[in-house]
Amino acid sequence: MLNQYETVFILTPVLSDVQVKETVEKFKNLILQFGGEMLNEENWGLKKLAYPIQNKTTGFYTLFEFKANPTFIEKLEIEFRRDEKAIRFLTFRLDKHAIAYSERRKSKNTKTEEKEN
Amino acid sequence: MSQNSSEIRYLTPPSVEVKKKKYCRFKKNKIKYVDYKDPNFLKKFLNEQGKILPRRLTGTSLKYQRKVATAVKRARHLALLPYVTDMMK
Repeated sequence: MLNQYETVFILTPVLSDVQVKETVEKFKNLILQFGGEMLNEENWGLKKLAYPIQNKTTGFYTLFEFKANPTFIEKLEIEFRRDEKAIRFLTFRLDKHAIAYSERRKSKNTKTEEKEN
Repeated sequence: MSQNSSEIRYLTPPSVEVKKKKYCRFKKNKIKYVDYKDPNFLKKFLNEQGKILPRRLTGTSLKYQRKVATAVKRARHLALLPYVTDMMK
C-alpha cells in the first residue's frame, strides 16, 4: 500500500550548484527506482540555519513529497545517513489532514507563481 | 467597622484584569494540521527564549497543543527554529 511521505533535507552549503542538483537527482531517482511516485518537489535554496550544524550556518533546503511503500523508507534513510553531503533529513508520513494541507499549499504556490511570471 | 474599608483609598485604582475568555485558535478557525515547515506561525507559540508556551497562556486545547509541540520539535530538528535563543520575535 503506498503511503504518502514528505522529506525535508539540508545539504551542506560547501557544494557547488551542480553538486546540489546531482544529489537531489540521486535521491529522486532512488525514490522512483523503488516504485515510488514523486508528487511535489520544492527547492528553498540557501537558507540561514537557526543554529550552526557541523559549524556551518547556512544550508540548501529541499522538500520532497512522494508516495512510496513503507519498506522503502528505511532504505531512503540509510542512503541519507551514508551521504555526508546531507547534513540533516526528516521524513514524515502525511495523514489525511496533512494531505489536505499540502494540496492547499501546492495550489497556493502555483497561484503565487502565476502572479510572478 | 464597615466604613473603614471605604476609607482605604489606593493611590492608583487596583486594575482588576477583566478575564478575557481564552479560546483555542485551532478550534475557532478550524485549523486541522500544524505545519512544521512554516516557522512564523509556530513562533506565536514560543516565548523569547524559544521555549514552547504552556496551554494555560495560549489557551489551546490538549489535542492541538500536542500537534504544536511535535511541529515545533520537528522545526527545531530542521534548524528552522532555534533550540534556545535570547531575543527572538
